[in-house]
Amino acid sequence: MPEIKVTPLGAGQDVGRSCILVSIAGKNVMLDCGMHMGYNDDRRFPDFSYITQNGRLTDFLDCVIISHFHLDHCGALPYFSEMVGYDGPIYMTHPTKAICPILLEDYRKITVDKKGETNFFTSQMIKDCMKKVVAVHLHQTVQVDEELEIKAYYAGHVLGAAMFQIKVGCESVVYTGDYNMTPDRHLGAAWIDKCRPDLLITESTYATTIRDSKRCRERDFLKKVHETVERGGKVLIPVFALGRAQELCILLETFWERMNLKAPIYFSTGLTEKANHYYKLFITWTNQKIRKTFVQRNMFEFKHIKAFDRAFADNPGPMVVFATPGMLHAGQSLQIFRKWAGNEKNMVIMPGYCVQGTVGHKILSGQRKLEMEGRQILEVKMQVEYMSFSAHADAKGIMQLIRQAEPRNVLLVHGEAKKMEFLKQKIEQEFHVNCYMPANGETTTIFTNPSIPVDISLGLLKRETAIGLLPDAKKPKLMHGTLIMKDNSFRLVSPEQALKELGLAEHQLRFTCRVHIQDPRKEHETVLRVYNHLKGVLKDYSVQHLPDGSITVESILIQATAHSEDQGTKVLLVSWTYQVGILEDIHFNQF
Amino acid sequence: MKLYCLSGHPTLPCNVLKFKSTTIMLDCGLDMTSTLNFLPLPLVQSPRLSKLPGLVLKDGSTFLDKELKECSGHVFVDSVPEFCLPETELLDLSTVDVILISNYHCMMALPYITEYTGFTGTVYATEPTVQIGRLLMEELVNSIERVPKAQSASTWKNKEVQRLLPAPLKDAVEVSMWRKCYTMPEVNAALSKIQLVGYSQKIELFGAVQVTPLSSGYALGSSNWIIQSHYEKVSYVSGSSLLTTHPQPMDQASLKNSDVLILTGLTQIPTANPDGMVGEFCSNLAMTVRNGGNVLVPCYPSGVIYDLLECLYQYIDSAGLSNVPFYFISPVANSSLEFSQIFAEWLCHNKQTKVYLPEPPFPHAELIQTNKLKHYPSIHGDFSNDFKQPCVIFTGHPSLRFGDVVHFMELWGKSSLNTVIFTEPDFSYLDALAPYQPLAMKCVYCPIDTRLNFIQVSKLLKEVQPLHVVCPEQYTQPPPSQSHRTDLMIDCQPPPMSYRRAEVLTLPYKRRYEKIEIMPELADSLVPLEIKPGISLATVSAMLHTKDNKHVLQLPPKPPQPPTSKKRKRVSDDVPECKPLKPLLSGSIPVDQFVQTLEKHGFSDVKVEDTAKGHIVLLQEAETLIQIEEDSTHIICDNDEPLRVKLRDLVHEGRKVKLCCSDAH
Repeated sequence: MPEIKVTPLGAGQDVGRSCILVSIAGKNVMLDCGMHMGYNDDRRFPDFSYITQNGRLTDFLDCVIISHFHLDHCGALPYFSEMVGYDGPIYMTHPTKAICPILLEDYRKITVDKKGETNFFTSQMIKDCMKKVVAVHLHQTVQVDEELEIKAYYAGHVLGAAMFQIKVGCESVVYTGDYNMTPDRHLGAAWIDKCRPDLLITESTYATTIRDSKRCRERDFLKKVHETVERGGKVLIPVFALGRAQELCILLETFWERMNLKAPIYFSTGLTEKANHYYKLFITWTNQKIRKTFVQRNMFEFKHIKAFDRAFADNPGPMVVFATPGMLHAGQSLQIFRKWAGNEKNMVIMPGYCVQGTVGHKILSGQRKLEMEGRQILEVKMQVEYMSFSAHADAKGIMQLIRQAEPRNVLLVHGEAKKMEFLKQKIEQEFHVNCYMPANGETTTIFTNPSIPVDISLGLLKRETAIGLLPDAKKPKLMHGTLIMKDNSFRLVSPEQALKELGLAEHQLRFTCRVHIQDPRKEHETVLRVYNHLKGVLKDYSVQHLPDGSITVESILIQATAHSEDQGTKVLLVSWTYQVGILEDIHFNQF
Repeated sequence: MKLYCLSGHPTLPCNVLKFKSTTIMLDCGLDMTSTLNFLPLPLVQSPRLSKLPGLVLKDGSTFLDKELKECSGHVFVDSVPEFCLPETELLDLSTVDVILISNYHCMMALPYITEYTGFTGTVYATEPTVQIGRLLMEELVNSIERVPKAQSASTWKNKEVQRLLPAPLKDAVEVSMWRKCYTMPEVNAALSKIQLVGYSQKIELFGAVQVTPLSSGYALGSSNWIIQSHYEKVSYVSGSSLLTTHPQPMDQASLKNSDVLILTGLTQIPTANPDGMVGEFCSNLAMTVRNGGNVLVPCYPSGVIYDLLECLYQYIDSAGLSNVPFYFISPVANSSLEFSQIFAEWLCHNKQTKVYLPEPPFPHAELIQTNKLKHYPSIHGDFSNDFKQPCVIFTGHPSLRFGDVVHFMELWGKSSLNTVIFTEPDFSYLDALAPYQPLAMKCVYCPIDTRLNFIQVSKLLKEVQPLHVVCPEQYTQPPPSQSHRTDLMIDCQPPPMSYRRAEVLTLPYKRRYEKIEIMPELADSLVPLEIKPGISLATVSAMLHTKDNKHVLQLPPKPPQPPTSKKRKRVSDDVPECKPLKPLLSGSIPVDQFVQTLEKHGFSDVKVEDTAKGHIVLLQEAETLIQIEEDSTHIICDNDEPLRVKLRDLVHEGRKVKLCCSDAH
């Protein structure tokens, strides 16, 4: 039986290092190629040696698909393609293709220049890797090879994020990447049609959370920022340069405008302006409202938000600073955090998910004494707030997507095992489909039961749809045909045509049946009587009285002869070829 | 398969294809050349135009002098300009299921179709097509509505009256189909019926047909369309270009293996080389400005203007034009410039790469930033304050009948220092200029039409090899003005089928197969028999379900219990008709084996007689006779159904045995 095999190399019962192998109808596809923010050793990248022990990856994989530009989905790509070695096609959307190399370069700089690691991918490798990328449009059907096709759907989450359908023949898998089922200030909601995949591989970051309304969260966020600034405190918002940052900037910008606030808002890194530029150029990927009004007012041109200089951190008085990276694991956000952590007037707002092992994760889990490099202990007195602005679907959203796509099986990745367990039960209960949650390196096999497409001759199809007393196209009908299997082609034709094509003669099977009737009249009178009776009974059939004295009902022949011994008995010879019969309707016993 | 041809204009097509059970409209172009018969709509009162004398007919009658005016020997209708609609009577347009749009120039009649004909279907177009199409429509409506005209001329349209008029009005065709411009609410209603699509997106229509837009290389978001079922493929080629300008290159490979290729939208100026024309455009522009004159470029607000601005961007400094102001005046100028920058995915490779940097793909962003290019919604307001001469003005409409261009024609027409440069190929420049004659201003004709020329077409056709080509009749003969140029027509084998307005073509094709799916349970139950090496047959008897034009074969329901009494029940209507299966029988039946089989099944008194053609098998006790011949078997017995069934099955068994034997060889 045909099967689909799925093995997560990363993101199996975990968040980070997304990398999922899918084998479908003989094709091997790798979904995402991410890094893990929680590790600095070998574990930060997926274990690609799992894919094939001997032989090149290019020979084994038919293609690689990257769902969006977040590093936990694309961070290992240059390592994979340039250092391990893969020369096949890599597919991603245009915005992802534009932004991905910038984040990779950023990541490389932090790792190599700041942390001094060697044996890491180089700038040139990022460039070479990007040369292998093929950009795809939304909803475009990309023919990877003759059998394998992929199609991108809008996923929300971040600019250019996409869900991908992978299809071979009539078997298909949908991989969601990260997605968001509610539109936010700058992006639209994920959407997919009722494509009924054999398997839906969905993220499950917020598997157990049902988040309150977006408006409430936004109000909360603004209130907290406002209060802190009012009492002269500083607000640190660790973000990734692209994504949540833009949403929160739009939010603060409009709030500052409305409330006429004066406290400065800064955005760290020089990436911002560049980032905003991407949003302007790829505005067709943002939500409807921004797209509609962009000619009059481009939402990504900010008046109140200015570039941050390192020296500003020591300025007295209130301020709001967006700083990268988002999980406080390195870089400017961590530096500012160390400066401000000691003052209880200040506040850090974590607007997104933090991976285990990062400072962000530690303070969110309540840790107030942090061991920094050099055994230094940092005491956190500032207020720590968590606000889920990260654009993942919550439990409700995941269920909604399943309802939209109607998959036959569901597989959970990109989440924590415990939460997955809960969601898995819920999915199985509600949709009565199998739900899987393999750990990294664990293979899940799903059996598919595809129907077989064949070519039916139009003549046969038309004949079968035209037959029947009720010409009702919707009513199922029984049809007879002969399937010709030659090489790999299947053709369904009428039995006669099949015989003809193969040069075979039909073997006719004929039956003749003798029916005795008591009738003293002359033979031709008997015939006439039978004829009249049949005409009366079989109104829907053609009944004919032939000159030679026989009667035909469609292809059935009836002849009458006198019994050789008893002239009062007539013998009716009823003769027909073996085929679907009308005989059932004729009742000679009524004579 | 039928093609209804609703427009005679080869570059503004409107055809309806009936294919399988769907009715698909291919483009709805609006022929605007009719407006050339009208007087221009000036933005400010023009003494010259209002003083034009009314028409006096040959017989001296003057009853048309309010409607028709004479200017330099030409007659013009003094009324709101009207456009020539596609045919609306050739078929019931409310039956159109979908409309496929190939580029923004070919959708200008859309509101007439969707809002006036009872159309209830869906329109498919790419996002740039819709956005820029909206801008073109907005500009059109705006430039006509802001110059309200009290009078509307209709007397001249009367057939009897039209006969008396001088040419070209006398010969104007389909005047009954000429209509005033639509309104913005109608535009919005029409555009709301559009569903956005991307290149190479497969769109299912009612399960019967699949349509796919392909990049055509002509304009932002311009597409050709593939309309196909599993066995037939129709390619609709409309407005395509192989030149590298700003749009994504044309996808030619996907047009291969078409049964029918409908070819429209070739270049309107087959003798002009677009590159040469751009060069001439630049040099004429520079010369005029250097001599202190102004340059007027009548143009559409999107399309070639982007390429012209890009050329000028490179040319301005080297030609010493850096201090000359460039103005772009259109109610949609700003939108057009902004929109051009956000369609990265629809642009050529070079421009896409720029977006990755990230930089705006078109250099006109820089022209605007450096104040070299300024754009205004109209000549009123800010423009009148900023206006400095000499200058270069891009503005519409290329017909010179409405829009801000009318103002500048009146303003600059009297001075020979000024130049009007025609770049749009849609209107004859002499006809466009007619109501402004006499004119001192210089006129330069540099039509830039990047669409396919005949050399490119024949190369394309050789490459993609369609079985049949269908095209407007204009493409099957040399242009009327150059009848010796037999190279300026389509040359292919077999020769193209041509159409003209209001014609219905029956397209040649023969469908022989349809796709059907066999459900796995049914597939499992099939018993294939290898008849010849590599060829197997299986008899299929199954329930045919047809839904949404998709056919599926399922296992038939369990046969009803054979009736116990001789009295038979009528098959009730709600149970699907279920008739017994007729297995495939072929070949002859080996009589010895058959007899053995009979004996094995309890017939002890089998007697065999040889006949001329075969054998007769007698079952004495059962009073039954079986004639076996090479290609037939005849069973003669009394009315004993169980016996017949048993014999029938044994005959089949005998045949199967034979087939198995032949397999063994």
